[in-house]
Amino acid sequence: MNEYAFLVPLPVVVPLFGAGLALALYRRPRLQRIISVVALSVVLVVAATLLVLADDGPLVVDIGNWAAPVGINLVADRLSALMLTVSAAVTLCVQLYSLAQGEADGDEAAPVSIYHPTYLILAAGVANAFLSGDLFNIYVGFEILLAASYVLLTLGGTGERIRAGSIYVVVALLSSLLFLIAIALTYAAAGTVNLAQLAERLPEIDPGVRLLLQVLLLVAFGIKAAIFPLSAWLPDSYPTAPAPVTAVFAGLLTKVGVYAIIRVQTLLFPEGRMDDVLMWAALATMVVGILGAVAQDDLKRLLSFTLVSHIGYMIFGIALASQAGWSASIYYVAHHIIVQTGLFLVAGLIERRGGSTSLDSLGGLAKIAPLLGILFFIPAMNLGGIPPLSGFLGKVGLMQAGVQDGSWLALTLVVGGVLTSLLTLYALIKAWNKAFWQTPPEPLPDARLPKGMVGSAAALVVLGLTLTVAAGPLYGYAERAAAALADRSVYVQSVLPQDGRGSGESVDAAREEES
Amino acid sequence: MIDMSPNLVLVGLIVVLVTTGVYLLLERSLSRVLIGVVLIGNGANLLFLVAGGAAGRPPIVGLEPAGRMSDPLPQAMVLTAIVITLGMTAFLLAMAYRSWQLHRHDEVQDDLEDRRIARLAARDERAFEDADTEDSTTTLDQEAAETRDETDEGEPSPATHETHDRPTGDREEAR
Repeated sequence: MNEYAFLVPLPVVVPLFGAGLALALYRRPRLQRIISVVALSVVLVVAATLLVLADDGPLVVDIGNWAAPVGINLVADRLSALMLTVSAAVTLCVQLYSLAQGEADGDEAAPVSIYHPTYLILAAGVANAFLSGDLFNIYVGFEILLAASYVLLTLGGTGERIRAGSIYVVVALLSSLLFLIAIALTYAAAGTVNLAQLAERLPEIDPGVRLLLQVLLLVAFGIKAAIFPLSAWLPDSYPTAPAPVTAVFAGLLTKVGVYAIIRVQTLLFPEGRMDDVLMWAALATMVVGILGAVAQDDLKRLLSFTLVSHIGYMIFGIALASQAGWSASIYYVAHHIIVQTGLFLVAGLIERRGGSTSLDSLGGLAKIAPLLGILFFIPAMNLGGIPPLSGFLGKVGLMQAGVQDGSWLALTLVVGGVLTSLLTLYALIKAWNKAFWQTPPEPLPDARLPKGMVGSAAALVVLGLTLTVAAGPLYGYAERAAAALADRSVYVQSVLPQDGRGSGESVDAAREEES
Repeated sequence: MIDMSPNLVLVGLIVVLVTTGVYLLLERSLSRVLIGVVLIGNGANLLFLVAGGAAGRPPIVGLEPAGRMSDPLPQAMVLTAIVITLGMTAFLLAMAYRSWQLHRHDEVQDDLEDRRIARLAARDERAFEDADTEDSTTTLDQEAAETRDETDEGEPSPATHETHDRPTGDREEAR
């Protein structure tokens, strides 16, 4: 066991403790804020450390010293560590943004005493889903983050949010039930829910049953990741939430689904029997999503549709089932989390400055708020894939992987991807022209933007630019992560080092039981 | 080795629970959806029991021979799942109640914005009215003459104002 392995549970434990403390101190809003910022900063530091450490091999912790596969284990390999670091940075930025917003609006505007603990629980759930090395624990992580997201989405309980929330909650519950059923069937078929042990055992079970399990898991994760036929819930529910909440949902929640799909496709079902179906789903997600975005005239809804559309790129990379495809996908996920969250934060700023997100009633922002224009323009171009920004690099990686694959389906997707990025550019430029350059139909209200909100949104935009500047090392990391995914024995070996068991105290007892 | 042949009564019960659950899930009223979720959730929980094999003796090492124990792992998972479903049910109930408080019903409503866009599509109308793509009577030369100087801090000239106003006016009429 690595001497730094004690770090692995911290991203889950620290926010959970913070949430408990923050809830207990609900009468002390100032203290609550300090707790939540400190907890999220600690998570960011730990995640960055894990990012460096995991490059030398996965870090594994058997929780409570119960040896895997009997106990639950947390695994921080390159993919998990990268996801964790990016998500920690984003959650911290969004938290700072919402603090500044709370400061400006006064605390009476929103029930902040609930907001902070719930937000921390969301962060813990996301970390748990990323780190878990056990199918059932991934389910628990999902439920933690979903429960927190239900509360955040319906914060305040206004009519509009209850409407949006009821759709969101029912769809999320359905996907959780599907996931639960898939886990039960997996256990019935393979007798384990530990990912590493499943990777060893699944090839031995009946191919038909294996396909059934794969389809069930993909459908469950597909709803969470908003892949096309299962994506209708997302643009209906996200835009009604408060700006920081929408931003963090858009950045993280769908990506947890994408992460789970990567994990399942690479570790459990590497033979790739669903790849063609995923390809078609990716194409439909990209094209239908972006056509939806083109039709919208509300900025937040437009961004929600581009979110759905760009999930298609990631699924495309996964479905290519090559190291090049996976590494491009991983880089794209990291890029998209930061850029999409940044755009939603800026949309929140636009709503504040212009009094609306409807592109029909906005206008002339370029003159009255030029800084806001820069903050919108950079991530918008980044999302559209203009060189040399990170969106371009991710897309080029995907296109290269697609051309390398060479099958007609992959080439169709390459064309679809280019078309989608053009349409993305079209939709965003339209929003840019409408919100920033047209003569406003009515004079905009006079509002000031709090410095803290602008600052944290700017921090995310700069972070997006850093992805471009540091693209070489980061892409290299993504490539190494993809290589580790392709060579499954590394993961399995580090989870189950001693002839099919993890390290821990239950080893002996289990031996006795077997004999 | 545990006996892995499934208990038919349990399987039948799961089928009934899940099918009725799916039927209720398709309803529009939140309280019926809630009952549907609970039923499917219970179906999934029973599925775990089937997945664990036939029931056996208590799984305590040293008290029972290993071969006769029942599998404790699915039971632990079912317990977790039950607790989670309980929490979600409570939340959904609260939401249905809030919806009833606000609207005197708990039906899942349509997204108004979505409806509006769909109506535009049905009338084959553009979501955006672009001032510069509308048919305007002014020529480019006229527009150039009227265009406000960037350095001029005064009000835009009335002529430019008109061209910008027209599309919005048109749309009001269409409504």
